[in-house]
Amino acid sequence: MGKIFRFYKDVDTDQIIASQYLLFPSVEEMKEHTFESLDPEFAAKAEPGDYVVADENFGCGSSREQAPAVLKALGVKAVIAKSFARIFYRNAINIGLPVIVCRELYDAVEAGDEMELDLKEGIITTGGREYSCTRLPAQMQKILDQGGLIASLNK
Amino acid sequence: MGMTIAEKIIALAAGKPETHAGDIETVTLDRLMSNDGTTHLTIDMYNKLKNPHIADIDKLVWIVDHNVPADSVKTAASQKKMRDFAKEHGIKFYEGEGVCHQIMMEKHVRPGELIFGADSHTCAYGALGAFGTGVGCTDYLYAMVTGTSWVMVPETLRFNLHGKLRDGVYARDLILTIIGRIGANGANYKAMEFGGDGLHSIDMAGRISICNLCVEAGAKTGLMELDEIAFDYLKEHGDRQPKAVFAPDADAVYEQVYDIDLAEIEPIVAKPHFVDNVVPADEAKGVKIDEAFLGSCNNGRIEDLRVGAAIVKGRHVHGDVRFMVVPASRDVYKQAMDEGLIDTFIEAGAIVMNPNCSVCWGACQGVIGEGEVLISTGTRNFKGRAGHRDSYVYLASAATVAASAIAGEIVTAQD
Repeated sequence: MGKIFRFYKDVDTDQIIASQYLLFPSVEEMKEHTFESLDPEFAAKAEPGDYVVADENFGCGSSREQAPAVLKALGVKAVIAKSFARIFYRNAINIGLPVIVCRELYDAVEAGDEMELDLKEGIITTGGREYSCTRLPAQMQKILDQGGLIASLNK
Repeated sequence: MGMTIAEKIIALAAGKPETHAGDIETVTLDRLMSNDGTTHLTIDMYNKLKNPHIADIDKLVWIVDHNVPADSVKTAASQKKMRDFAKEHGIKFYEGEGVCHQIMMEKHVRPGELIFGADSHTCAYGALGAFGTGVGCTDYLYAMVTGTSWVMVPETLRFNLHGKLRDGVYARDLILTIIGRIGANGANYKAMEFGGDGLHSIDMAGRISICNLCVEAGAKTGLMELDEIAFDYLKEHGDRQPKAVFAPDADAVYEQVYDIDLAEIEPIVAKPHFVDNVVPADEAKGVKIDEAFLGSCNNGRIEDLRVGAAIVKGRHVHGDVRFMVVPASRDVYKQAMDEGLIDTFIEAGAIVMNPNCSVCWGACQGVIGEGEVLISTGTRNFKGRAGHRDSYVYLASAATVAASAIAGEIVTAQD
């Protein structure tokens, strides 16, 4: 089980990791600033296995790959949203961070709720209910299964 | 079955006679642009590869434009890594010459090309009929190593432009109006294609401004039909020859077609903290501002500086306002000096800075403090985009920004 951090619609990648941290030498140095503008305590509170749940169009705006990278570095297990902006979605899969489309979850949960994701079956369990997720397109599932896009270069 | 411009470009890059929305294609990229926002991370990943190599070094263009000059030791280290790598491998490299997309338009983009840029506003290249799209550094690295990538062919939204914008109304007002109408994810995963008789009345600066902002509606790319204005631009900027010149087929399939009467567009302001949060500029009037910014890949071209200079000429920036003017490239800067525009801005009390992303990037120059208000020709007004997380960014045309810098509050040039 992991706890839910819940965010609104059109969360842009500037909120996930702000510009002033992007040229830091490594993702490790950036990650403590994750979601700083929306929840300055996020990095301290998030534990490996936690989840980010959001409304529509999560990750819009800048193509900065640092956005999914800091979430992954903090141990966020998956981002579940009603929909994702295109570049964030592709970046997340490329680095092996599961991004799951689930239309019902956002309206059914509150921040701090506990949930479990069965990635293989595409089932979310929380509050005694199960929610099924939209499957990834085959092309992207393949990338995720092999551990990200770079893994395919090292084969 | 007919094809859209996006479908034709992807088909060519995939070596196929045709392709259609929803198809997944393996494509050979024509050009790969990357800037200092993420290249240091790309290099770290490259160096960890089992067999690092670069498929075609001539396709790479690397541009230091985000934090120029470096604002900290950490930035300096990341930029040095990029500079050293470019030198070692013989990658085409620019530093301090301007915002990446402006340099790409001035020197590299050719019609018909498929271009990956590690920057979301790469969609600007559609003003020259090229399919430019933003990617992260992992996609960029994969394309750099293999010369290829995969793309899903997007659905296309078609925008037929008719007539002419009224005096005092600009291409930026048009694209902000469109984004407001379709929403921040209205074109998510899709291409936005522009044509119609009205396009001929919009200059290249305006066209770049329109395509550049398509990503703010979520679009994968923005694309335009080409005419003499575009061909003249290519001729004047290095006499570049097209890879291919595409118009959509008469029976191309569009997800939706919009007809827009340009005469009906009015000055627009996008209020904090979302680009689709647009209102007629009149409704934002009276908001006190602390800073105004004229620049960026969206609105820092010579045409935009002329508009701004004409408004501030012989007047003075309001005592409570910092007015930042940042030409989009060195060529724009030189042209502005030749035309006396820089003198005009300086005499009006503006702070004129070196070509770079500047205030639009929000981490280097002109950062705003807690509770402060910025009116900007930049690309985004997200929360904290220009500095403190509790600050406010309004987006508007060069005319509205310059007029507001003089007034100390949001006004239109007509006021």
